[in-house]
Amino acid sequence: MTTNTLLRWGLYAVLILFAAFYLMPLFVMLTTSLKSLEEIRTGGLLSLPREITFAPWAEAWSTACAGTQCEGLRPFFWNSVLMAVPAVAISTVVGALNGYVFAQWQFRGANLFFAAILFGCFIPFQVVLLPMAQALGFLGLAGSIPGLIFVHVIYGIGFTTLFFRNYYVTIPQELVRAAKVDGAGFFRIFFAIFLPISLPIITVSVIWQFTQIWNDFLFGVSFSGPGSQPVTVALNNIVNSTTGVKAYNVDMAAAIIAALPTLLVYVVAGKYFIRGLTAGSVKG
Amino acid sequence: MPILEIDHLQKSYGETQILHDINISIEEGDFLVLVGPSGCGKSTLLNCIAGLEPITGGDISIAGRNVTGVSPKDRDIAMVFQSYALYPTMSVAKNITFGMKVRGVDKATQDAKLKQVAAQLQIEQLLNRKPGQLSGGQRQRVAMGRALVRDPRLFLFDEPLSNLDAKLRVSMRTEIKKLHQDLNASIVYVTHDQIEAMTLATKIVVMKGGVIQQIGTPAEIYNRPANMFVADFMGSPAMNLIPARARADAGATRIEIDRPGAAPLVITDPVARDLPADIVLGVRPEDIHEATEGAHLPGNARRADGDVLIDIVEPAGADTFAVTQLGGKPVTARLRAESPVQARQPFPLAFDLSKVSYFSPKDGQRLN
Repeated sequence: MTTNTLLRWGLYAVLILFAAFYLMPLFVMLTTSLKSLEEIRTGGLLSLPREITFAPWAEAWSTACAGTQCEGLRPFFWNSVLMAVPAVAISTVVGALNGYVFAQWQFRGANLFFAAILFGCFIPFQVVLLPMAQALGFLGLAGSIPGLIFVHVIYGIGFTTLFFRNYYVTIPQELVRAAKVDGAGFFRIFFAIFLPISLPIITVSVIWQFTQIWNDFLFGVSFSGPGSQPVTVALNNIVNSTTGVKAYNVDMAAAIIAALPTLLVYVVAGKYFIRGLTAGSVKG
Repeated sequence: MPILEIDHLQKSYGETQILHDINISIEEGDFLVLVGPSGCGKSTLLNCIAGLEPITGGDISIAGRNVTGVSPKDRDIAMVFQSYALYPTMSVAKNITFGMKVRGVDKATQDAKLKQVAAQLQIEQLLNRKPGQLSGGQRQRVAMGRALVRDPRLFLFDEPLSNLDAKLRVSMRTEIKKLHQDLNASIVYVTHDQIEAMTLATKIVVMKGGVIQQIGTPAEIYNRPANMFVADFMGSPAMNLIPARARADAGATRIEIDRPGAAPLVITDPVARDLPADIVLGVRPEDIHEATEGAHLPGNARRADGDVLIDIVEPAGADTFAVTQLGGKPVTARLRAESPVQARQPFPLAFDLSKVSYFSPKDGQRLN
């Protein structure tokens, strides 16, 4: 065996070790969620289920108690969908328009505006909690799903604007000039020329925003009411509010259910995510 | 009525003035070429004409209508861009008809126009392709097609050939010229390539640093350059600019040129009058002739009283270029291919004084 193949084997060994390390929690969650409570008590943490049961999943979905409400994750899951889908859509559309303006329609003070929007990306969530609560109260959106949508749109615009601006800045200005001579206006140029070439960056924006918004806990717990809590808050309540014996299998099933949509989005569109992130650096 | 009239145009970006007092007027059917080195403001001027850049002062009129402040789409112009600027997701046909679609031209007219232009440019077989599937020359044709369907009063071309390889550039140049003749179109064309300017233009504007150096026909620009910049910029190989001394002598002017290792070369110009003592003699390589015994000289050529030492001989097929040293500068003469000239040998030369230009070494302006 040459040194080269030896090195190669070593490399694979290290890679497999790290992959196993990262996959371990998922493995534990999955196996635990498929075991009965009895089996969890008697068996080891890493052992495979002797008898596979989907009862914990059913319980997590429809009967587990989050605080006093015992309807499982289901209502909260739909809250999250109702919050995330419009918030992702609105922040992506606004980001696309903003990016289009910053990249192709330079105006006086554009750089200052862009710097300000960029700064918004770096403001920690905690800083805006109190002022945002006041603003939501003032707008009459406190404790509602539209309120959460509003918060996530505002917080997401910084990122989506940055994505689209960096993507559109690689498109030659002559394209806009040609369209202007052809008689097209601001929106016509956007819809007829820019939007059709934006699929990679739209994918990036959607994955990024969906992951952020779906996984958010702090805004969800701060600005939601009893009927508008997102799934992350419900998950926390389910895990924390059990009395007596801790139903690890139900908790694990609930955690996986709460994480599934972001996993799904990444699996479906992940290929485009990497491509879109690097698209800006390559001349089209 | 001029098709394009630019009156005292000024353009600044903040404190920096880009264009200084531009005045240009062209007639219907003129082919105006704006030429100059990069950064001279020629593309900015074209964008001002198109309405893509606001101007700081002055007026622009197209076909007798003042269009200062009018948006590009209402100026009745069409433009071809350097990068072609084809819409990447649209087919060739959609690219060409996009403008008509925006303006609300009915479908039947769109199709008829598309067919006509596609035939004219021989791109019928490309109509369903995307720009990414086209070669450089094909993209160039599509970009021109997009301008042609508009049937505008004025065509604007912004360095349209600079992205093509040398051979294609020459053939497209010929096609643009043919198109101009066939359509009797009025064209403003920007280039940094002086050969393109000479071959295409009916009128040339030479620019430098945002200031017009000279406006004239190609012949005027070539034969009577207004200053040393124009003399040097237009023509290839460039005009020889030779420092010399002038002295009035019995109704004529004696021109003395230093040469290495011998007394100054003297030529007598019977026509030139009132030249200052220090001058720069501008002479095109083809206006320097061989003056060997029995060589045929044009009527106005004046034999210099002495030979010059030839440094380098460059045979170029049709001509032979001989390089010598005069007035401290290398001077190129374009001689016939069979010329007996030899490197490192003295050789007699004659200068066609009816075609020379005299410049002031102080400000570079033309003196004769």
